[in-house]
Amino acid sequence: MAVSDIQRADQEKGTKAVWEGSVEQLKGLVSDRAMTGETMLLNMGPHHPSTHGVLRLLLELDGEELVTVLPDVGFLHTGIEKNIEDKTYEKAVPLTDRMDYLSPMSNNMVFCMAVEKLVELDVPERAQAIRVVLLELSRIASHMVWLATQALDMGAMSVFLYCFREREKILRIFEMVSGQRMMGSYFRPGGLWRDLPEGFHEAVQDFIDYFPSKVDDYERLLVKNPIWIDRTHGVGVIEPDVALAWGVTGPALRGSGVNWDVRKALPYSGYETYDFDVPLGEHGDVYDRFLVRLVELRQSLRIVEQGMKRIDKKGPFRSNNRKFVPPPRSELGRSMEAVIHHFKLWTEGFNAPDEEVYSAIESPRGEIGCYLHGTGGNRPRRVHFKTPSFINIAALPVMSEGHMIADLIAIIGSVDIVLGDCDR
Amino acid sequence: MQIPPPLNPVDALREQFPDDVLHVRQFRDEMTIVVNPDNIVAIMIYLRGTPGLIYNLLSDISAVDYYPNDYGNQFDGQGGRNFRPERFGVSYHIYSMLYNRRLRIKAFALEEDPVIPSITEVWPAANWLEREIADMMGVRFDGHPDPRRLMMPDDWDGHPHRRDYPLGKETIQFSFNVEEIIKHKPRATD
Repeated sequence: MAVSDIQRADQEKGTKAVWEGSVEQLKGLVSDRAMTGETMLLNMGPHHPSTHGVLRLLLELDGEELVTVLPDVGFLHTGIEKNIEDKTYEKAVPLTDRMDYLSPMSNNMVFCMAVEKLVELDVPERAQAIRVVLLELSRIASHMVWLATQALDMGAMSVFLYCFREREKILRIFEMVSGQRMMGSYFRPGGLWRDLPEGFHEAVQDFIDYFPSKVDDYERLLVKNPIWIDRTHGVGVIEPDVALAWGVTGPALRGSGVNWDVRKALPYSGYETYDFDVPLGEHGDVYDRFLVRLVELRQSLRIVEQGMKRIDKKGPFRSNNRKFVPPPRSELGRSMEAVIHHFKLWTEGFNAPDEEVYSAIESPRGEIGCYLHGTGGNRPRRVHFKTPSFINIAALPVMSEGHMIADLIAIIGSVDIVLGDCDR
Repeated sequence: MQIPPPLNPVDALREQFPDDVLHVRQFRDEMTIVVNPDNIVAIMIYLRGTPGLIYNLLSDISAVDYYPNDYGNQFDGQGGRNFRPERFGVSYHIYSMLYNRRLRIKAFALEEDPVIPSITEVWPAANWLEREIADMMGVRFDGHPDPRRLMMPDDWDGHPHRRDYPLGKETIQFSFNVEEIIKHKPRATD
């Protein structure tokens, strides 16, 4: 569709697109100095290499210093929650992948947990262990992107390629397991979609042997680097009680010293049986959040190691409850009940009670929660995802007002937002 | 310092706000308390500050639309039926870090002009959560400091998450029907 078509349609209808606004629209939101022109309004628009997605920030600048930061989100809103209302529970799982696209397993997990809670579906232990291993690998992959983009934004460009090299290994593991590198939809209500393939154990073991030296590399490059310390010490400080009031969770909260991790506080999928530490920061600045995530990388690897010991090569990977989980194809030739269950699940899906549940997990960005309300039929009445990036972007002005624009880039990187997570 | 023992939130709320607790429901391991929305700010301040309750983290605010026929007088909470007097239900999920427990407070808003007092002064986290509900579901929050639309463009009409709002499947555009489609496409400035 060419620009001339839009212009012709405008001429026919007699409308003209208005591209400029006036400062009056922002009267209560920016300070009074913007009205007189003493401070400058700058649009850090949705097209920007450092905003980690399509995030629009309206900045009010006094020279280089930020007076007001107004985030404007919704550019990546794809109506996932509304779309899920039109789909059965199993078919909704691929839609959830697309929210936080850097750690898609977390979104799958929280939705599947909510469904399992709603219909009281059990998950076999082996499937729980596999879920934990893949969730932690997903956390490592997501932190790789975080480190890569934060370092890239601050000028340390070589870290970007090193991190993506590590992430490539994890994406190969995901592809081996689910067929897709990123949006695998591997977790389903009741367990996993299919059993682990040949070569999974070897691939993960290779990664476990290979990764710790890489984390050492990142530490050597950045932790005592004077440029890094200069740019991140004391920048973007958020006090712990302010962070709690603004609903900030995840490494952004733990960087301020609040010891809360959903995996420890309200464990799910067997996390209480794993041995790992939760790192805490002290000052609540960008440097502490950076250190928290670096230590989380090592702890995630620890969990992966413990999890791999519990997983047999072959075994149960999904619940046996045929009312909710389709039977394996080998049974379809022998059993009439299996054929009927298969038919019902493929045409209608399973029914969930007319109740509401809320379940939450610890995604790499914070606490992701899924509010699921069934109808008694085969489709949900309402799904709402409380995503950590949404809340963290709301808290961004608190962290960044008073700093300079270059610090704002560091802060956005440290809060680790993903706009798909924010806008859904 | 001695930590005071946890109180039962239902009993504590019934004692402090006797007329405002409309219904209590326990499902799986979650407790839902339906309250009168007019007094919700005082209820939230009470839940946040009282020793024994200390719900200090607002996890989520979600809105449900019970259209077309899952709400009304017959849904009175008796006889196995759910308690749904009005069309819009807003659920506040709060969490106490000290006692490590969650609670859901639910408030129902009328269909004609759904309005609930805003709890932004209790937890600033409610700011964007309520803005999203006001944008997508149409429930207004009285006293909200910044009631602009969040996800949709500022001049959008309608509330997409309502059940009577169409999902909006588009016709596939080819070169022979591109003019037709452009003519009928609603634009944000219409």
